[in-house]
Amino acid sequence: MSQIQTHSGRAVPLIGNDIDTDRIIPARFLKCVTFDGLGAQVFADDRTQMQGQHPFDLPQYQGATVLIANRNFGCGSSREHAPQAISKWGIRAIVGESFAEIFFGNCVALGIPCVTADPAVVTELQQRVAANPQAVVTVDLEAMEVRVDDFVAPVQMGAGPRSMFLSGTWDACGQLVAQADRIRQTAANLPYVGWSPIAS
Amino acid sequence: MGHSRSSPLLWSEGVFDGDRGLKVLFPDRTVATVDHIVPTTSQARPFVDPLAEEMMQELEKNCKENNIRFYNIGSGGQGIVHVIAPEQGLTQPGMTIACGDSHTSTHGAFGAIAFGIGTSQVRDVLASQTLALAKLKVRRIEVNGTLPTGVYAKDVILHIIRTLGVTGGVGYAYEFAGTTFEQMSMEERMTVCNMAIEGGARCGYVNPDQVTYDYLKDRNFAPKGADWDKAIDWWNSLRSDADAEYDNVVKFNAAEIPPTITWGITPGQGIGVNQTVPTQEELSDEDRALAQEAYTYMSLQPGQPIQGTAIDVCFIGSCTNGRLSDLREAAKIAKGRYVAEGIKAFVVPGSEQVKQQAEAEGLDKIFEAAGFEWREPGCSMCLAMNPDKLVGNQISASSSNRNFKGRQGSASGRTLLMSPAMVAAAAVTGKVTDVRELL
Repeated sequence: MSQIQTHSGRAVPLIGNDIDTDRIIPARFLKCVTFDGLGAQVFADDRTQMQGQHPFDLPQYQGATVLIANRNFGCGSSREHAPQAISKWGIRAIVGESFAEIFFGNCVALGIPCVTADPAVVTELQQRVAANPQAVVTVDLEAMEVRVDDFVAPVQMGAGPRSMFLSGTWDACGQLVAQADRIRQTAANLPYVGWSPIAS
Repeated sequence: MGHSRSSPLLWSEGVFDGDRGLKVLFPDRTVATVDHIVPTTSQARPFVDPLAEEMMQELEKNCKENNIRFYNIGSGGQGIVHVIAPEQGLTQPGMTIACGDSHTSTHGAFGAIAFGIGTSQVRDVLASQTLALAKLKVRRIEVNGTLPTGVYAKDVILHIIRTLGVTGGVGYAYEFAGTTFEQMSMEERMTVCNMAIEGGARCGYVNPDQVTYDYLKDRNFAPKGADWDKAIDWWNSLRSDADAEYDNVVKFNAAEIPPTITWGITPGQGIGVNQTVPTQEELSDEDRALAQEAYTYMSLQPGQPIQGTAIDVCFIGSCTNGRLSDLREAAKIAKGRYVAEGIKAFVVPGSEQVKQQAEAEGLDKIFEAAGFEWREPGCSMCLAMNPDKLVGNQISASSSNRNFKGRQGSASGRTLLMSPAMVAAAAVTGKVTDVRELL
């Protein structure tokens, strides 16, 4: 499991509040048994509607690895297909005003840090990136700041997920599985496990 | 709980039996059903859609190989996961429940803590029966008083989300309390908790009480005999203390809640049925950009009354409002009336049991006589991962939970969320109608 302390890369600004996971990846693309191929379909309907003018289609943002979003990004459905599609398009870190919690949790599980910043900071970042798409944006989880050119601003992330990224334990699965004996003990003390057997 | 969207991915991604070599730790605490992908017309196998059929076969195989109880089509117990788990008595107070679907918040109606999660977290739960989560703050949402006639649980939650916003619940669990919720049936409480997630809350919750116990008594997986008495004692001990301290408290008066309907592209863009689409001047600075986007997408004018808006499609069903009591309320409106010309109206029971019970009461005949289609159980047009979809820019009156752009299967399709009775009223009049005029 790799540590994620900083990420630097070119960025893509995506302006708008409440961008839900149905927009990130419409439901008709969920009929799949692998996540492969979702990168091409990210924001499918918005991109069709915008006829090549969606930020994910604009040539200057191809190869970007940082997404700059606004308020309540990733709300709605719990579909992990949404961060998977964003990730398979190439995004490795997201800066936003706020994130829906299930989306945030899914991103942690995939090793994509989502940090929040004040609306004015997010707007400043979006403007700077739009003015200079070649600018390198750094999301620094140790210093808890975002940097682009001479602009430096604080970012926030909960202490728990932050330490998981910094220590390389963001994929909780291994740690949880290693506790199987303690989990079995706890389960044995849950009253309903005894009175409601649901084995097939 | 596993179901037909996120679970099949785990095995094909090689998580189980693959590189990680993980095993399902508690197959006997795991159940699965099929809901999102099933057609609601013919459910004959193989499904017409080869991708849906492939997902179905993965799910069947995985459940069999891992000894997971699976409510398959025709088992009598199949349906939307948030409808069947309560009706089987699988959902009980004090449990922690997780499922790869955001509307898992529904189960909080029983005094359970229930989370919607993504596929990787479903993997964590299957492999360890646990989740790594940050502690939530708790907001008590108190609604007191008796709901006016024609105002339903759906209106209560749409009103709450409209007031607190779609981000109001971020960081919180919502505890729904007060005399209005105490008077609600379990099915009504489920409707409210179902949409807690649309308010941004991670989960919804109602303290267990006699209504909860009466609902659970004698259900398949409810405790029996001496275990039932032990269970009641434990469940009673779970209730929030009268002097509990909350991170936040918000109060509403039931008498002031109108039949509520969404006009925009998030569940927070709602108004009373007798109100007008808000103008930019009526909105806060931060809501204006989204409102502009919504006017354009919905083809609605700021300041226009929502009542009278012409409808193309009427959908009654989903995990929010596909239960027996929902169908009963809609049938009351449909009875003796007829679906307006040019309207496609259909009713999709939430489960095989709901369908069977509704048919035993003759609700199917009422709907069919009124010109509604009576379908097989499933998620249907709520998210359109099956053949039920809007076409082009059709506008629907829908008892479901999301009015996001493209949600109901067409990239330009439009959704107005409302109670099942309001959907039935829209079906028989062909336009958005105040259901109270038809009662």
